[in-house]
Amino acid sequence: MLQKKFTSVHLLISLFVLFSIALISTSALASPEAAAGTAEAVEQHAWWFWPLVLLILSFVLGIFAVLGGVGGGVLYVPIVSGFLPFHLDFVRGAGLIVALAGALAAGPGLLRKGMADLRLAIPMALIASACAIGGAMIGLALPTNVIQTLLGATILGIVVIMLLAKKSEFPEVPKPDALSQSLRIMGIYHEPTLGKDVNWQIHRTPVGLGLFVIIGVMAGMFGLGAGWANVPVLNLVMGAPIKISVATSKFLLSITDTSAAWIYINNGAVLPLMVVPSVVGIMLGSFIGVKVLAVTKPAVIRILVITVLSISGLKALLKGLGIG
Amino acid sequence: MALKATEEQVLYANILNKGMLIGLVGLVVTFILYGTGILKPLIPLDQIQNYWVMSVHDYLGASGIHTGWAWLSHLGKGDMLNLLPIAFLSLLTIICYLAILPGLIRKKDTAYVVLAVLEVLVLVLAASGVLKSGGH
Repeated sequence: MLQKKFTSVHLLISLFVLFSIALISTSALASPEAAAGTAEAVEQHAWWFWPLVLLILSFVLGIFAVLGGVGGGVLYVPIVSGFLPFHLDFVRGAGLIVALAGALAAGPGLLRKGMADLRLAIPMALIASACAIGGAMIGLALPTNVIQTLLGATILGIVVIMLLAKKSEFPEVPKPDALSQSLRIMGIYHEPTLGKDVNWQIHRTPVGLGLFVIIGVMAGMFGLGAGWANVPVLNLVMGAPIKISVATSKFLLSITDTSAAWIYINNGAVLPLMVVPSVVGIMLGSFIGVKVLAVTKPAVIRILVITVLSISGLKALLKGLGIG
Repeated sequence: MALKATEEQVLYANILNKGMLIGLVGLVVTFILYGTGILKPLIPLDQIQNYWVMSVHDYLGASGIHTGWAWLSHLGKGDMLNLLPIAFLSLLTIICYLAILPGLIRKKDTAYVVLAVLEVLVLVLAASGVLKSGGH
């Protein structure tokens, strides 16, 4: 027991130290001149240097994402744009592909097990993906400092949501609403912790659809993915069980992020030299994260992730305001 | 965890699974061709650092790269070829939706047929390249 506790703390400290070293060193290397866009400032490194840093950083972020129960994009965009020399436009493009690749990889398993529900996802996805197009276009049209400031504010808002939002394992849905009934959005899954099948249904579908308008716009605008918003809406607003909400949210990202990703691809904001190390790094990190998850305490990890998000959100906000 | 997945879900999952694997392998293979210099890129690797610090608007102006599907005409270049698996991964959802449509039509699930068709239209519009951003 004591040994397990030590291993858990040891692992967390190692991860945090590794992460801090990575951030401090990359931040120091990515000088203000580089961040401001002066080409000469970054010519001192071989071309592979920053993609390699991106690979290592994404690997660490992949571990943190799994441990903290957040999507990769929400950590990736503020941290990479805040501390590395890449322009925010390309970071958001890469962030969307990272979130998309993660969702595509998780989707098949979640769908086959019946955890992600296609009937629940399809209406929400239509709204979110259509609005993500608008969000992406707005995001690429607005000045960088405005987007960076809004990104910082959004990340700090996500921190507040993470601190305040409660989860409901099996929300009470006394009566499904008319829209969800007509769309036959309901299901049944086996819950091993209860040892029985659980019937679920949803309510407040129109409200949920309305909230997915905002989620879609923000996903496209900031390239964040949107699991942080999908889950509370599906679970707390619409009353889907938490496991169905988490799985359906992950699957939803594969559709929402697809539409936004196309806007970034077609507008030239996707650089393979950033995308591939990021996708590979996040995926390898997620793989390790799943293993680390077994020996760590969720509450401690959550605090770490919230701390990291707070720092990166603040950094983005200050950078956007021209202070950081 | 034993759970009940619908016929459409399983079909969607199977296509997604195969497509995702093909896409990821393609991503790595084309990146090796690009990074090792086997295929010369449109933007030389030793100059790429000068571009990724720019806004996308400035990058397009400085590199002479055109928006939309113009990259398809440069597939002989390493960096442009690397966009192919990225585009493929981004097309997967459209393929999955088209695959489940016949099943939904057969079941006379009109509402979901309409929703699926609308989703395909939204994604095709996004992928078409006709939606241009103003730039900044």
